[in-house]
Amino acid sequence: MTPFDQKTAPHDERLIKKLSEIALTIRRNSLIMTTKAASGHPGGSLSCADILAAIYFHQLRYDPENPNWGGRDRFILSKGHAAPAFYAALAIAGFFPTEELWKLRKLGSMLQGHPDMRKTPGVDASTGTLGQGLSIGVGMALAFRLDGKDNRVYVLLGDGELDEGQVWEAAMSAAHYKIDNLTAIVDYNRQQLSGCTEKIMNLEPIVDKWKAFGWHVIQIDGHDMKQILDALDEAEKIKGKPTVILAYTIKGKGVPMLEKLFLAGDCKYHGTPLTETELARALEELYG
Amino acid sequence: MAEKLALMRDAYGETLVELGRRNNNIVVLDADLSPSTKTSLFAKEFPERFFDVGVAEANMISIAAGLASVGKIAFASTFAVFGVEKGLNQFKQSVAYPNLNVKLVTTHGGISVGEDGSSHFCIEDLAVMRSLPNVTVIVPADAVETRVATRAIAEHFGPVFMRLSRPKTPLVYDDGYRFMGKELKFEIGKSITLREGRDVTILATGLMVAESLLAVQELAKEGIDAGVINFHTIKPIDREAILRAATSTGALVTAEEHNVIGGLGGAVAEVLVEENPVPMVRVGIQDTYAESGPWRELFAKYGLTSSDIVKAVKKVLKRRGR
Repeated sequence: MTPFDQKTAPHDERLIKKLSEIALTIRRNSLIMTTKAASGHPGGSLSCADILAAIYFHQLRYDPENPNWGGRDRFILSKGHAAPAFYAALAIAGFFPTEELWKLRKLGSMLQGHPDMRKTPGVDASTGTLGQGLSIGVGMALAFRLDGKDNRVYVLLGDGELDEGQVWEAAMSAAHYKIDNLTAIVDYNRQQLSGCTEKIMNLEPIVDKWKAFGWHVIQIDGHDMKQILDALDEAEKIKGKPTVILAYTIKGKGVPMLEKLFLAGDCKYHGTPLTETELARALEELYG
Repeated sequence: MAEKLALMRDAYGETLVELGRRNNNIVVLDADLSPSTKTSLFAKEFPERFFDVGVAEANMISIAAGLASVGKIAFASTFAVFGVEKGLNQFKQSVAYPNLNVKLVTTHGGISVGEDGSSHFCIEDLAVMRSLPNVTVIVPADAVETRVATRAIAEHFGPVFMRLSRPKTPLVYDDGYRFMGKELKFEIGKSITLREGRDVTILATGLMVAESLLAVQELAKEGIDAGVINFHTIKPIDREAILRAATSTGALVTAEEHNVIGGLGGAVAEVLVEENPVPMVRVGIQDTYAESGPWRELFAKYGLTSSDIVKAVKKVLKRRGR
């Protein structure tokens, strides 16, 4: 199957199994990368791995042999600190060799601490300072519409990122311009850098907020591959307004020792990598 | 002879329309100020290529980045203070860093905004924008130069910041970008020598170019022969012109409607200090916040008139030794 027609595959068990295996590899590599780099953000990389697998290995049109292909869809990692998971997905997609992953955050590496469209093939927006990705996506969506092209734009946001006022400026403008060639996905893992979102800055009622801003809202379990795939399809069918997928996720997903810490409100592994010893145990848990 | 006045903003809006007719990839954004910035002219002729994002400058700049990343030439306009400061991180991260083709063209630069007062002034834009890698910084001296500068930045690939003024301002140039009968060529990064002088050189930008030309006449009455160079480009700064002036006159005065910290004076001083530290004096706003009032009166109170330039020339000549 060429990368261009992967979307035609039915959402059957075979596809779900394939995507789940890819998500597992994304998680594994995210953990190894950050430990090797001795820095980076493991927690939020694990929570969005399933979403990235669905987007990159079913939904998105792209050509790894020709990263600047004009017909490609655009993906923006607005929560740029989840770069490890993003890079892991790009490596599997064939934009660069897997060995590059082990140079994450090292001097001279194509893999910067946060996504860089000028250094990394397959990256279409430079992010890392939160709150800007949705606006950039609105600009891309407007450009495609002006040109009469059917490219779609996907923007993955963090939940802590929704504290940024600019996200809501962008949300208002996307609805105002009746943008329907853009899908926003919120990785709602309920944890931000310094604690749970409820405590730091409550986002609820989040569904009402997006609806009030004029968006079609789909709520899913962000680790249920079938739900992710169905939601991405549904979003494409909604016309005349933008769609946001609120993906309820678990920070540190796949590694019980991390999940437990986050659930207990300990956010250390938001931005701290595992030690070599912790990594060995985490990988066992991941595959266990 | 009565001075001829014109709006830079009209020249900008009209030139955008001209560019829009020639190139379908030109898109224009504004943040609810299009009647003032004159992007309204473009909006009227090309409504489908015009995006008013409302009072949301940060969003405007990132949307412009998205449009540019798909191949558009995005002009984003608002007042200088809002465009530079409410969207600074957006401009740095989503435009300047990835080197995207966005032109942030702000009107209402400096204090010539006048009656609106300090909240609407911007005397730090040049310092801020000049310190961002990849960004070209342009300040036209009048409406005629605004026309040629707007065309030039559309042709130039990459992020540009251009500062325009609110009021009708004196015309330095004649139509067709002519000065004293001579037709000039606008090149980004190449200053324009308006007058050669034997004793001192005034390096000016924006509205201070006209003031500098007035100062030349006042100085001539006292037997001082002053040259004037228009630095329409603050970055990349025309190093050669600065060094030529330093060599030929050995005394420089910079003049800008900006804080004396970090703008044209700063840029010139950086070059002189490293290459040829001749005496120089900076005319500009003395690191203070101004106030509401008619702009000509503000220029007088905050040290931005021809007589302030004259004083600065005398000071620098005294230091050089005459």
